[in-house]
Amino acid sequence: MHDFASEFSKALSLIFEGDSELWAIVLLSLRVSMFAVLIAAIIGMPVGAALAVARFPGRRVMIVLMNALMGLPPVVVGLLVYLMLSRSGPLGVLELLYTPNAMILAQVVLVTPIIAALTRQVTEMLAEEYSEQLRSLGVSRLSSVPVLLWDARVALVTALLAGFGRAIAEVGAVIIVGGNINHVTRVMTTTIALETSKGNLALALALGAILIGIAVAVNAMVSTLSLRAEQEGLRHA
Amino acid sequence: MRDLVSEMTTCLKARELQVQSNGKTLLDVPELILDGPGPTLILGPNGSGKSLLLRCLHGLITPNRGQVTQDGTSLNSDHKARQAMVFQQPVLLRRSVAANLDFVLRRQGVGWTNRKRRIVELLGEGGLEGKSRQSARSLSGGEAQRLAILRALALNPETLLLDEPTSALDPGATQMIERMVLRASKKGVRIVMVTHDIGQARRLASDVVMMQAGNVVEHGPARQVLTAPKTEASRRYLAGGLIT
Repeated sequence: MHDFASEFSKALSLIFEGDSELWAIVLLSLRVSMFAVLIAAIIGMPVGAALAVARFPGRRVMIVLMNALMGLPPVVVGLLVYLMLSRSGPLGVLELLYTPNAMILAQVVLVTPIIAALTRQVTEMLAEEYSEQLRSLGVSRLSSVPVLLWDARVALVTALLAGFGRAIAEVGAVIIVGGNINHVTRVMTTTIALETSKGNLALALALGAILIGIAVAVNAMVSTLSLRAEQEGLRHA
Repeated sequence: MRDLVSEMTTCLKARELQVQSNGKTLLDVPELILDGPGPTLILGPNGSGKSLLLRCLHGLITPNRGQVTQDGTSLNSDHKARQAMVFQQPVLLRRSVAANLDFVLRRQGVGWTNRKRRIVELLGEGGLEGKSRQSARSLSGGEAQRLAILRALALNPETLLLDEPTSALDPGATQMIERMVLRASKKGVRIVMVTHDIGQARRLASDVVMMQAGNVVEHGPARQVLTAPKTEASRRYLAGGLIT
């Protein structure tokens, strides 16, 4: 108990005294996950909204597939991205393996289905409401995609935050493609795993506390925005 | 809005129009010609096919049989672009009042300066001055419907179709909407409006289409249909009888 208290006290010191190694790891984690979510949003949001308004054979299958991809096992994604980026893989020439960019790529694969599926859900409801009015105004189904994305912006921030939550807490994929190299690809989750195995609990605890803080902040924002979107919906029902 | 009152009004025709669902005929209109200069009001009880007819005239519903023509040719995308429709429940974008108007003006390719000027004009016409930055979805029922009409008018339509725009409004709000409709009509916009309010038909209509059970039971000048109806169904409806 005394040891734990001591390690916890050291962890707090690392956080509040601005330990450079700790904050470098935090910043790298944030940078990787934010870029991944940005790219996933650029791909996933239009795809999700297009799927919400388009009508074509196989659409249902695509929706089921996209929902299923939300639960992709991170280690499998890590393995697949590793194979793609390895020297003999199709993207080997890019020499991305064991770089932050490889970690971004792995997280994009994990997060894109989440953002696309949530976007589809949100925009489909809005599309039903807007359908006749937009057709009356001469807006075609595909032209309605940017309209729906803009008008669902509050709810879509929730989708982004959900994607970010998944990315920042992810360990399996980034450790495979990033290699957990000190000062290069070491992020919060991979450092916690490594430092715990080495018995360096203070750094692991400090990073764990920051990670939980980020998770709580993200969830608080998701809840606030969801509530706001719900109230907005109720007010205008 | 067209600047000059046009002598040439848009002629909408429905021929052999039939809409069916699950083997049931919901709308059956052998012929209907809407070519009068003033507002046409489509009157009838709930479920008589008024809104369905309006949607067919606007091309939102493709009939199982028959066709709608405008000025002699089948309803096409060009005709639809010259029509605008206002729904019973106004569907406003989740944006500000001004942004709702800006949306349609921008789609028409109106430049920024002209858009700004036109938005101010439209807000003035609808009595929504001072509300341009307010969220459109926070407007009252009457204000929301006025904004929906202004947005439709921003399209500069030749024909404005309105589906019971005042059904959920109080007399004051209804009066404001009716004024807007009459103003638009005087400026040459062809008005086709659905209502079940006989008083509204008396106030606005130039000609009345009376519907019952998916059929047009009578169509003629408002004075004639409302004061001396030729059919028993019209007489009973105007007398306030229960008609299903």
